[in-house]
Amino acid sequence: MSDSAEGTRTLVIERTFAHSPEKLWRALTEGQLVAQWLMNNDFEPVVGRRFQFRADPVPNWNGVIDCEVLVVDPLKQLSYSWGAFGLGTVVLFTLTPAEDGTQLRMEHSGFGADQDAAYKGANYGWQKFLGALESVVAELE
Amino acid sequence: MVQIVKSANANPVFRALADPTRRAIFEELTRAGEQTVHALTRYAGVSQPAVSKHLMVLKRAKLVRHRRAGRETHYRAQADALAPMVDWLNLYGAFWRERFDRLETLLERMD
Repeated sequence: MSDSAEGTRTLVIERTFAHSPEKLWRALTEGQLVAQWLMNNDFEPVVGRRFQFRADPVPNWNGVIDCEVLVVDPLKQLSYSWGAFGLGTVVLFTLTPAEDGTQLRMEHSGFGADQDAAYKGANYGWQKFLGALESVVAELE
Repeated sequence: MVQIVKSANANPVFRALADPTRRAIFEELTRAGEQTVHALTRYAGVSQPAVSKHLMVLKRAKLVRHRRAGRETHYRAQADALAPMVDWLNLYGAFWRERFDRLETLLERMD
């Protein structure tokens, strides 16, 4: 997590996979493979390409994430915009060869800390976070 | 698993929504807009005193507001009371970690 000058926040997740950059790149850029770990999509690795991820609709959310491909640097970097719940954010994957595989760094940036975003999150989060409430409350006791 | 930011402010909200009946009442108010205690009683399927008690708890957590009109009391949801509970970084953090697990499984299966 970091704070940028514009007052937005970035989520960073890194993991090293025991696989080659070539294989990881395929999993990140072949729509059918992407669907198997991320979401159904009509993605194509072409800069400027607009596409959608589609999840199962939940109350207050139609399950659509509107995206546009921003960066395609084979075996190195892939980036697309990620528009959902009224939030315009950006996802950036960076692949780095590691000793025993490939490190994948995912940066999801552009989260504002403003009330409006949080409110939309509240709308979206219903099913999920209400479902998780019991356990959270149990922890509070 | 979705993580929720634990702040002192959020606790009364968690506690208020921990009860399934209160949660149902609050969701109904969010979905359908302002309603009378009578209508909510029909919806909740419990006694009116029980509904009134639940509404008091929701009110203390600032999740609902009420106004009187004649002999009826109308309640409405205050959805922005949920704001302290939601943190996008936590939501997406849980989301991406879970997806990375799936990616790992996929890579194992690929040739």
